[in-house]
Amino acid sequence: MEPNLFKYIWKHSKRDQLFILVLVLLSLPFYFVSLQLPKQIVNDGIEGKGFAGPGSTQNFLSLDLPFGETLFGRPVTLFEGFDLEQMALLFALSFAFLALVIVNGIFKFVINTLKGQLGERMLRRLRYELTDRVLRFRLAQFKKVRQAEVATMVKDEVEPLGGFIGDAFMTPVFLGGQALTAMAFILLQNVWLGTVAAVIVLVQAILIPKLRVRILELGRQRQLVSRHLAGRIGELVAGATEIHAHDTSNFERAEISHRLGIIYRIRYEIFRRKFFVKFLNNFLSQLTPFIFYAVGGYLVIIGQLNIGALVAVIAAYKDLPAPVKELIDWDQQRNDVQIKYDQVIDQFHPPEMVDPENQKPYSESVTPLTGEIVVSGLGLVDENGNTLLNGVSFRAPLEEHVAVVGPSNSGKDHLTMMLAGLTAPSSGRVTVGDYDLRSLGQWVTGRRLSYVGDDAYLFSVSVGENLLYGLKHVPQRLSDALDAQERSSQEAESRRAGNITLDIKDDWIDYEAAGATGPEDLTARMIEVLRLVDLEDDIYRFGLQGTVDPKARPELAAGLLKARADLSRVLAERGAGDLVVRFDPEKFNDNATLAENLLFGTPVDPAYDVEHLPQNPVIVSILKSEGLLDDLEVMAVNIAQTMVEIFADLPPGHPFFEQFSFIAYDDLPEFRALITRTEKSGFKSLNEDEQARFLALPFRYIKGRHRLDLSEESSESFEARILKARHAIFDRLLTEDGSGPVAFYDPATYNAAASLQDNMLFGRLAFGRAQAAETVGTAMTEVLETLDLRQSVIEVGLDYDVGLAGKRLFQTQRQKLAMARAIIKNPDLLIVNQAFSGMDDGTRQRVLDRVLAARKGRGIVWALQDMENARVFDRVLVMDAGRVVREGRFEDVAGAEASDALAEAG
Amino acid sequence: MGLAEEVEILRRIPLFANIDPAKLKLMCFASERVTFKDSEVLCRQGETGDAAFIILDGTADVQVERREGTMSVATLTKNDIVGEIAILCDVPRTATVVAKGELTTLKVTKDLFFGLVKDFPEIGIEIMRVLAHRLEATTGELIAAKAGAGA
Repeated sequence: MEPNLFKYIWKHSKRDQLFILVLVLLSLPFYFVSLQLPKQIVNDGIEGKGFAGPGSTQNFLSLDLPFGETLFGRPVTLFEGFDLEQMALLFALSFAFLALVIVNGIFKFVINTLKGQLGERMLRRLRYELTDRVLRFRLAQFKKVRQAEVATMVKDEVEPLGGFIGDAFMTPVFLGGQALTAMAFILLQNVWLGTVAAVIVLVQAILIPKLRVRILELGRQRQLVSRHLAGRIGELVAGATEIHAHDTSNFERAEISHRLGIIYRIRYEIFRRKFFVKFLNNFLSQLTPFIFYAVGGYLVIIGQLNIGALVAVIAAYKDLPAPVKELIDWDQQRNDVQIKYDQVIDQFHPPEMVDPENQKPYSESVTPLTGEIVVSGLGLVDENGNTLLNGVSFRAPLEEHVAVVGPSNSGKDHLTMMLAGLTAPSSGRVTVGDYDLRSLGQWVTGRRLSYVGDDAYLFSVSVGENLLYGLKHVPQRLSDALDAQERSSQEAESRRAGNITLDIKDDWIDYEAAGATGPEDLTARMIEVLRLVDLEDDIYRFGLQGTVDPKARPELAAGLLKARADLSRVLAERGAGDLVVRFDPEKFNDNATLAENLLFGTPVDPAYDVEHLPQNPVIVSILKSEGLLDDLEVMAVNIAQTMVEIFADLPPGHPFFEQFSFIAYDDLPEFRALITRTEKSGFKSLNEDEQARFLALPFRYIKGRHRLDLSEESSESFEARILKARHAIFDRLLTEDGSGPVAFYDPATYNAAASLQDNMLFGRLAFGRAQAAETVGTAMTEVLETLDLRQSVIEVGLDYDVGLAGKRLFQTQRQKLAMARAIIKNPDLLIVNQAFSGMDDGTRQRVLDRVLAARKGRGIVWALQDMENARVFDRVLVMDAGRVVREGRFEDVAGAEASDALAEAG
Repeated sequence: MGLAEEVEILRRIPLFANIDPAKLKLMCFASERVTFKDSEVLCRQGETGDAAFIILDGTADVQVERREGTMSVATLTKNDIVGEIAILCDVPRTATVVAKGELTTLKVTKDLFFGLVKDFPEIGIEIMRVLAHRLEATTGELIAAKAGAGA
């Protein structure tokens, strides 16, 4: 990247900069005229100077050609103008003033908008270029990069540049011009006084930047320290488990405090110095008038200077300090952003980067690789001179399944990385068919090879998106979300900012590579691959927990309603009908929370979530009118008393609090105090917040589960009144299109806010029934399979969000998904580095067998820890300390291993 | 029937008789009440157990499988506990327990029980005392039996 910020800005925006400059110059005459006009309005229009008497006229708007007399020897009048009386002239001048105000305003508006646009466009370019470089970093570089630091550089540190870019050239030209004009005017009036003014301006211009050198240096330090702070905070988040596990939170606090202290000291010194410079600057600016008054006055008194000239000089000087000061500020800002720019791009210049050609968006299909993998004399030496791989050579036909077995320091992981073209070897080479791997771009290796590492990363999108991630190389089909005009204008803007013009909204999925023809049959293929890696059942379960919009998928919603009926029938047939207590609009459900019984639906608006119900005015007013509030108050106090009693002696953080308690450990003392107050002076003595905290308790209460034997709930009328309140809420909140704050349970309709499983159950599992969950789960699966809905449920499961770095999945699920992602693109060679470390032996062998069977006749290189897993491979390489120590069929290699071990033992 | 009644039943069982009622209440609250229909199985002989059952209502049949067939050895009713050995140590169930008619139990899992003993060692001490008494009684019986056999 261009090291000089100004050259960078000029290179990418000279056309816009020049255009804005022309606009600024054009605007100047209007500006000066608008400054001139008020004087004329007062003198001619109001005071009537130049009017001989009533009825006489003056000319308005006559226009002479400038310098006409010098050019042609006589004044050349371009426009005769109008002769106007005083009153008419006043209005004419006033309206002319108004017109100029508008014109000036428009100029200002247009110029500022253009400057802003220019700045934003350049900022977009800069951020894009930085990100582009990150994408081109060699993988080894990422060991040295802290992600939070890169993020703060791209996002925050370049931000001030945007504001400056629009002013980069305009300000010095504009303000410099102003200052020079004023200076020239003063010099014309009096050379001596002018020289004095000029000298002081020079002193300012030389001294102030000198004083600011230290400030800039401090600014540079501040930027670095802040960036490291961002990096450290990122580490605190990433290493949260370790901090908790080793009780090092206070160590971290001290460390952060230390950094903040440094930032504080730097910033404080910056402020001190800044304000000193300001003070000095102001002083120097005011020194000049002092000299004018003292020396100029002296000269006038002794008759060396006439008073008119002195007044003119002092008046002209008024226009000088402002532009000079602003110029100095501009210079400061320039230094500041130049430093920021230097510091940022410095981090984006690693010694080696991937050639852009290597990552080009290649939209043709890439010919499959065939032939033989030939690895010859492969060596790798790390930056400290350690030999990681040493003369590794072997050949294998691309159809074979090769296992690389060895302990973790054997170099097998480096070998797999090199086979995938992800690490460049220090010596030797890898060829696949006719090609040296190093000569192939990522647009070949990334499509024809697949690599799965042990710590494969999942992006924070859905399961399905992660699965298809490896198929998104270039857009395959244009999306119709944008019309042609919008698309071309967006593309043009991207191009102007030097961004890539590929559109993220297009369909990027390479269906053909996945062995599908389009979106229609892709899902089947996805499910097939998920089944291959033993992940289908998990995704099916995600699907059951997921929700669907019945408007978007009416056939699925209808199917699930059918399943609802079928499930209830199947359970009844098996004599297990009572395992699910169905929602009945006219019945109280002992196995649901009180809130569910009351709302008889799923909250859509958070104001109807359990914790907010006691403060929800609609609910409270209905509870009041049914006389339920008093019962709930007694129940609340009862529950709180029981909780405080039985959870009192448990240590904080005990799992019981999470599992069983209505009250968190930290809140226990407060509730204890509140209970004491209630017992003394009654519930009503609590304030509104405290009452709400109490009232939230009974809403979570499940009669069948918690069995607290609250006397209120056992009264017949309580449940009847809850049902009445339920109907009142229903009448109040039901809307025509069902878009209200609560999605109500209705036996005949699909509930969009509830999960697929809840929609099927349409009730709650009965508490305390032996084997209830298992029996119902089995029945549910059977019903869905009979109705042919299993695939649809899995489709819903594909939308399950895996969370940041896939943290919402178990490690084994992450590894399986990463494997599926590598398999679905049907690579010519599948390269696996362990990848199944979290799995138990049985699962690992089962998935391995299935992957191998599915890829019969297509290449696999799989690095394994355990020789036993290598049994099913065509060829086995045994590695140790960076070398291949044995190679051959499993029987031979494993036999030799065993006899070696015997010999050693003997 | 609610928590308070469950606690009362627990207090009638020697194993829990001397434990602080508040702790028993916590144990009841954290335990699941499980109901069985006629001839549903609570636990099966030979399987490893992870929970004890306290009969709250109804009756259950304790059956032992022998080579010559299944034999009913005892009937459990309200206030009885079954399978408590399983929550103290890892041994296979020594008998099969089947519900006779509608049966309501409180299921105390091993995890819960050990959790409570760990948090409140005084529970452990109480249990130890009860077990020691049992051991003493069994030893006494054994001596008596041996003496009887010797005579």
